[in-house]
Amino acid sequence: MDFSYYFQYFLSGLTNGSTYIIVAIGFNIIYNSTGIINFAQGEFLMLGAMTTVSYLKFMPLALAIICAVFTTMLIGFLIDLLFIRTLHKPTVLKMIIITIGLSIIIQELALHIWDEKVKTLPYFTGSLDTTIKIFNAYISPQVLWVLGSSIFIIIILNLFFKYSLIGKAMRACAVNKEVARLCGINTKNIISLSFIISSGIGAFAGCVITPLSQVQYNCGTPIAIKGFTVAILGGLGNNNGAIIAGIFLGIIESFSILFLPLAYKEAIATIILLIILICKPSGFLGKKELQSLKEF
Amino acid sequence: MVKKIIFLIFIFIIVIALQKILTKYGIEFYLTQIIMSIYYTICILGLCLLMGYAGQISLGQAGFFAIGGYTSAVLTTLNLMPYFQQNNKFILFLIKLNAAAFREDMFGEKILTITPFAAFCFAIIFSAIIAFLIGIPVLKLKGHYLAMATLGVGIIIYRIVLGTQIFGCADGIYDLPEFKLFANLAISGSSKLRVQNYYIAIVILSIILILLYNLINSRIGRALRAIHTSEDAAEALGINTARYKLYVFVISAIIAAIAGCLLTHFNGGISPAEASIMKSVKYVAIVAVGGMANFYGVMFMGIILQFLSLRGYFGSFDDLIFGAILVAMMLFSSEGLFNIFKLRKKYE
Repeated sequence: MDFSYYFQYFLSGLTNGSTYIIVAIGFNIIYNSTGIINFAQGEFLMLGAMTTVSYLKFMPLALAIICAVFTTMLIGFLIDLLFIRTLHKPTVLKMIIITIGLSIIIQELALHIWDEKVKTLPYFTGSLDTTIKIFNAYISPQVLWVLGSSIFIIIILNLFFKYSLIGKAMRACAVNKEVARLCGINTKNIISLSFIISSGIGAFAGCVITPLSQVQYNCGTPIAIKGFTVAILGGLGNNNGAIIAGIFLGIIESFSILFLPLAYKEAIATIILLIILICKPSGFLGKKELQSLKEF
Repeated sequence: MVKKIIFLIFIFIIVIALQKILTKYGIEFYLTQIIMSIYYTICILGLCLLMGYAGQISLGQAGFFAIGGYTSAVLTTLNLMPYFQQNNKFILFLIKLNAAAFREDMFGEKILTITPFAAFCFAIIFSAIIAFLIGIPVLKLKGHYLAMATLGVGIIIYRIVLGTQIFGCADGIYDLPEFKLFANLAISGSSKLRVQNYYIAIVILSIILILLYNLINSRIGRALRAIHTSEDAAEALGINTARYKLYVFVISAIIAAIAGCLLTHFNGGISPAEASIMKSVKYVAIVAVGGMANFYGVMFMGIILQFLSLRGYFGSFDDLIFGAILVAMMLFSSEGLFNIFKLRKKYE
């Protein structure tokens, strides 16, 4: 067991972690604008990857990914339009049940459209055997793609929220919806936009990770649960917290193989989730006062 | 009052007529699925108490169902013969208590196992303890957090069941003995006992229903409804909300465990699929379609939907239909199917 061995684990943890971060940010965006947890968040990843697989028959990879991202954005928009916007007297219980129902419907439709086989995408650069040597550890170039695009998404989103007018409006919505409406912000459109953004980044993350992890109609739920764990760990609604928490969870998961049987790997995120929910629901990095103001 | 009695007699007639008709037309095997759906419905009634009356969502009901089923399955199939041959005092004590008995397994070998009744009692106690321990921290949460935490509990139970040798991993446990109640009555899946089992299931369902109704119309029930309407207001009125929520959580887990235990004996086995998240979501869907705080509605919808699902009428769209039911109920009528008619009557 030398250094390169651990480094390999570290990198695989980082790769998974960065996917969780993207999912967690998707959760955060929707949570900030609507105050609900979108249980169907994991399905956006699956949809993005699946539609790319389909589009790949007609067009090159890069174009297929772009089209898939837009298709998923459209689906996200439709979900908001059909199920969230029209809802009378939305209560938390109703919202939870609706998004759970949606996640099942999307999964089952995917099963009927793309069948139950495990699918994959080609590697963006090189092939299955291509490796890059870093610090004596051999890694696939796809790992760099995953890390790079995650960093790219995070930076773009940060810039968007900080400097653009719409981004500022979304942040205002997150702080106080009523006051935001008084300032002339159309909160309903902001909710639509947050669904579009979070489905878009979910779909993109799904495309990038698929060459490494494959995709199946029911692969969304486990990722969603891990993403939710990360979102809670970092404090719900706090994107910077999610980044640290995502890296933390990814690395813990990949090193857990050293101590625990593989069958329990899936349960680790859930156990962490339960511990954090019970001990400190505001998360490691969330502010307690801020959290108590929000409805949940 | 008269209306109620007429209603009960009406149901009584339907129950008997259903069996007679099925027997007469030679499709008695339908009873098997009806019995199974009755046991599932018992589990769903537990969730109805928790979700409809106390307003606490739980996505881990199938987990408690599985705890009940697996506990009795493990206990009634674990061979204690080696310990008996070592003259283990505890085993001898169990035999004296009639809690363990000799029987033959499916290969005709003589084995010593815990009796179904003792296992049943243990399963209830065990699930109550687990629900109590989980409930204390988890029920402090609300809304999304509660949903996610109970979902987490469900996932962990599923993973444990799936990955542990003693629970048979992915195969589950089979070859359970029949559950002898008294006289000649026994819960078992053999086709000779089908009619008898149908009535046993109906009686058990009725008992649970009566107990639940009494609970709802008692002090606890009123406290629960107060909690559902507004937790803060209930607390201000001097209701110990945390304690009542915990009570209900434990009771619903016990009901789920009873159902799990009985169904496992009826099927003669249990598989990890019983603990899966989809099952929990299905239960939530049925509670929603039955009208949340409405035992009769939930009971009818439970039996009908579970029956259709078990007979395979939904085909490969099974999960899809339950998902669609969830969304549709929430969008168009969060009061359940039955209350649509009620509302309409009021306005006509």
